[in-house]
Amino acid sequence: MAGATTGTETDVLRQSVIGTSLAVAAAVGLSACGGGGEDSAGSKTVRVTLANHVWTENIKKALPEFEKESGLKVELTQLGEDQLSDQYNVKLNAGTSELDVMMYRPLQEGKQFAKNGYLADLTEKVKSNQEWDWSDFQPGPVQATTYEEKVVGVPLITEQEVLYYRKDLLEKAGYTNPPKTLDELKEMAAKIQAANPGVAGFVARTGKSPAVTQFSSFLYSFGGDWVDESGKAAVSTPEAKEAYAFYGGLIKDHGPANVSTDMGWPEAMAIFTQGKAAFYTEANSLYKNATDPAKSKVSDTVGFAAFPEGPAGSKPYSIPSWALGVNEASENQDNAWKFIEWATSKAQTLENQKAGVPGGRTSVAADPEATATYPKDLVEANAAMAQNSVGHDRPEVVKVAEAREIVGQPIVDAITGKDAAASADAANEAFQKFLDDENK
Amino acid sequence: MAATTTARPTTPATTSTSTPAWSRWANDHRKWLFAAPAMIFVAVLIIFPVAWTGYLSLTDAEGSVRAESEFIGFANYAEVLQDTDRFWPAVMRTVVFTGGVLLVEVVLGMAIALLLWRPFKGEKWVRVAILMPLVATPVAVGMMWRLIFDPNIGLANTMLGWVGIPPQPWLAGEKTALATTMFIDIWQWTPMVVLILLAGLTSLSDEPQEAALIDGATAWQRFRHITLPLLMPTVVVAILLRGIDALKTFDILYATKGKGGGSFHEVETLNVYAYGLSFDYNDYGVSSTVLIIFFLIIIGSMWALTSRRKDAA
Repeated sequence: MAGATTGTETDVLRQSVIGTSLAVAAAVGLSACGGGGEDSAGSKTVRVTLANHVWTENIKKALPEFEKESGLKVELTQLGEDQLSDQYNVKLNAGTSELDVMMYRPLQEGKQFAKNGYLADLTEKVKSNQEWDWSDFQPGPVQATTYEEKVVGVPLITEQEVLYYRKDLLEKAGYTNPPKTLDELKEMAAKIQAANPGVAGFVARTGKSPAVTQFSSFLYSFGGDWVDESGKAAVSTPEAKEAYAFYGGLIKDHGPANVSTDMGWPEAMAIFTQGKAAFYTEANSLYKNATDPAKSKVSDTVGFAAFPEGPAGSKPYSIPSWALGVNEASENQDNAWKFIEWATSKAQTLENQKAGVPGGRTSVAADPEATATYPKDLVEANAAMAQNSVGHDRPEVVKVAEAREIVGQPIVDAITGKDAAASADAANEAFQKFLDDENK
Repeated sequence: MAATTTARPTTPATTSTSTPAWSRWANDHRKWLFAAPAMIFVAVLIIFPVAWTGYLSLTDAEGSVRAESEFIGFANYAEVLQDTDRFWPAVMRTVVFTGGVLLVEVVLGMAIALLLWRPFKGEKWVRVAILMPLVATPVAVGMMWRLIFDPNIGLANTMLGWVGIPPQPWLAGEKTALATTMFIDIWQWTPMVVLILLAGLTSLSDEPQEAALIDGATAWQRFRHITLPLLMPTVVVAILLRGIDALKTFDILYATKGKGGGSFHEVETLNVYAYGLSFDYNDYGVSSTVLIIFFLIIIGSMWALTSRRKDAA
């Protein structure tokens, strides 16, 4: 063994090594704290989370103007719809104060968020500015962003379901006008499909959950709805069964071959814009995807028409698809409001509407300048549908995602040729149980 | 350094007085001190989340985890274990998926590894090409195959058309979707098995092989009775690593079929199911229950495989 002196020296050496490493660790720790400390002074920075949307692209271009006017700095996060939902779920669950302004879907997450207390009460704020004018917003959308009589969001984008169609294919088949009724739609789809190999007569969303919203106009036009007046599940009424069979049958018999049951709008839109379908029912807010030559092979032949009439008339949905809200846990609510006030101002709403994104303001909707750049037939279709539209496009419940899967099951069963009526009965039972559960 | 004691000659220095108390404390507890970062890491990032999930699984938490929830004992477990609609089919799919891809990947991986074992011309290029799928991001891989397998405009059906085979539904088919995702997983992860087995093969000694050659053993006999037994520990490692990964597969399934594993839950494994329960349904109690059961399944199969590995070694 080593002598006593050497032993002490090793000990000393060892101790100073430990001492040094502790000092380094402490220094690293402190500097980390220093980095984190800056946040408290960040009230001049508004953190805004937005979805990937044409609206977002437009507003981004105008941001410097807002930053200059207000002296605030906007920190923008932009995400796809699903990623956005996941982010909100994780962050809001953890009670984050890192989100100030949130772009959200009133009909999808609105009730859930409001119920959980994630959305700040904006009632005072919306009423405080006469010039900004809260009363200018359309009543339907306002209702969707109001929870238990408190305003929790400002409607941003509104949409209706319209019929997209191919003028050239209709002309070739000898039709001069788009279909007025759903029966005509079916007949024309069949004829065009038979005459044009490789082109489907009709395409629309097929995924169990994504299809629900675009199926809703069919449901209403057949005289059905998700629930009846007494709030009971109503997806197995004769009207609903007919609607399921019609929508599913249209895709099964006249849709693309080997049709997938996973299609949301990007997939369905791709089939239409690749020139592989004659008719397509979809939200009008997405029309730019079909008219933009960079994205669409049919940009010069696409036409738009009002949603065709069913047995109960033409009853498309008309809904606020997106709204802006403020995170209840945000420490920067006043500045967050300043951003919302600017982004939903008459001027910005008009700018966006001119660029193809309809907002929720009555004054802008009535302004001819707002729709000057729209395809003429789309403006006419939108105007024709304003009267008898329905204010929701999915069940109005708290747990929307789950409800959509339940009421969407008969759609995919009808598309794949299963017994749609039996599936509607099963769905109704499951939906009633879901409603009972939620109202407990 | 040792200089600490000699640098201050005025102090009648002994080690104990010149070193501060905290330093001495640190020295006495150094085994804890050095292990602390790793232990804190494990506690914060593994033990706490698992324990929290375990706790949530015993509550009826839904909507928000910060909302009030009630302690309901094992009610969630009873509900989940009796669920023949979503849970058990998801278990079955998880087993079929994992078992299927493992079998093919190990057999195919072994064959490729044996082919690459002996040096040949252009060896480097072949190895690089084979490892390509491994470095691609699974989500990107999922998107790529989704395009290839598109029933109408995809390359797969176009190529089938050249040889006169009618178009197949692939990912869009209720019955073909799971098999198609398994194919994608095999395409992506077989190279990893090759890599592991190749490492094992190159470390084997040549002598037993040469001895067998002299004794007149055929190629198959040499593989069956010499290479395979010697390689067994490596094979078990490959199965273990790939098996755990395959059980937990999420990205490929989610990228190709989306939420809920498709409209008919065609590819909904336990992982996809648990994700849907928490992120779509906000049903945190039930979701945690599924995750805990899943966790036990993984631990169980890991344990079974490692005990097998000890036998093999």
